[in-house]
Amino acid sequence: MKSILSVHNLDLSIPNRKLFSNLSFEIAQGSLTCITGENGVGKTTLVKHLLQDLANNYTVHTVFNVKRDEVQYVPQLRNIDDEYPLCIKDFVAFGLKKRNFFWNRKPLNEKLEQILTETKLTRIKDQPLGKASGGEKQRAYLAQALCADPKLLILDEATASLDTTNKHELLQMLREVMQQHGLTILFITHDPELIEQYADYELHLEDQTGVLLEKGAKK
Amino acid sequence: MFAYDFMRYAFIAGIFIALICSVMGTFVVARQTSFFTHTLSEIGFSGASFGIFIGISPLAGMLTFTTASALLIGMSGERLGRREASISVFSGLFLGLGILFLSLSDKQANYATSILFGSIVGIDRNDIEVLIALSILLLLTITILFKRLAYNSFDSQGAQYNQRFNKTISIIFLVMLALTISITAQIVGALLIFVLLTIPASATKYFAHRLYQMIVLNFIFILAGVWLGLYFSYLTDWPVSFFITVIEALIYGAAIAKDHLANHQK
Repeated sequence: MKSILSVHNLDLSIPNRKLFSNLSFEIAQGSLTCITGENGVGKTTLVKHLLQDLANNYTVHTVFNVKRDEVQYVPQLRNIDDEYPLCIKDFVAFGLKKRNFFWNRKPLNEKLEQILTETKLTRIKDQPLGKASGGEKQRAYLAQALCADPKLLILDEATASLDTTNKHELLQMLREVMQQHGLTILFITHDPELIEQYADYELHLEDQTGVLLEKGAKK
Repeated sequence: MFAYDFMRYAFIAGIFIALICSVMGTFVVARQTSFFTHTLSEIGFSGASFGIFIGISPLAGMLTFTTASALLIGMSGERLGRREASISVFSGLFLGLGILFLSLSDKQANYATSILFGSIVGIDRNDIEVLIALSILLLLTITILFKRLAYNSFDSQGAQYNQRFNKTISIIFLVMLALTISITAQIVGALLIFVLLTIPASATKYFAHRLYQMIVLNFIFILAGVWLGLYFSYLTDWPVSFFITVIEALIYGAAIAKDHLANHQK
């Protein structure tokens, strides 16, 4: 198993509280791993901490096989209200790298259209993002992240506000784009049903430590 | 009307102000920092009167004060600038300081009026040259950093994690905003700058959803407001800022009405 990220004996505290002690795990390249655990156990804090270590090249407890530029993090909260005016296409295009000044060159535009197709946003690409449904918004966040050509994609509670149909649709889409783009995915979630059906591994965080379990998609 | 130098200068100034404010205003509204913009213009007033007090130009004083504040806010996190209490504190404090500097410099009250509410008569050739130079500097920065500034403004959370040097981009934006405010203050005055930076941009989002369309439309709204404002002011001898404010408010009213109608037809 080639790992994209390995963590060894990591201790992590926030003011007044210890979150993890001696936490160790490895994330396999090309896998979809769900990070689970009770509210407040420190899932998001852990991920943000790992990203910080990666950005600062701090490798005492964490070894990454990717660069910071190759990781996209899709945060749980986003400042997008009903009145958010920008159309989906322009929002997604923020993820594009090697960007020109005001316009996108042709190859970039083709790539953008391709990703909009993959994430089933083509039909509504000119509509304002604020008017999009919860599922469409999550797909737009995913599409924006894909535009940056990540190797590792981290999604934080992306399905939290979605109904069952949309949850499954998003996860199926994740499995598809994973194949097409050669991605490794870390997915913070609470949903046991999704984990069983779509995850290769579950990293369960509890009692200041974590265990890595093989899951449905892997077996 | 164009027989007067100051009128020609004012119309030319309007073009540059519209160019800058169309982009900056679109970003300001996207960042939801309209009120911080207002505070920054009060800081600008304070800076201008400080400039008069120590005998440098009001513009230099304004640039110093607004840029310094923008850097300070940028370093300590923009959230501080959005907090209601800190907005009140800074607005009040800097208005107070502005009045103090003016009274210490024993200039007449009309000086204060012209800084606070602008005056086209005040524009001479030197002013217009400074204005054009600063505008070109800003437009160059916008051209080079456009996509980064747009990501930073329209998707602050996404950019925070996924855009390199994002914090630097935020600081650069605030400094650019400080420059914009100092430039526009000459025409519309420190108290009403935020009219040009926020009202037309808030209206455009009901008409356009592509980024470039929003900016172009914003440019038209701003230029229409400034030029018509100058024209009406010339006809009536009423203050320019009054007309600009009314025109922009009417545009915003039309946008709201259109949105309302569109929602009711569904």
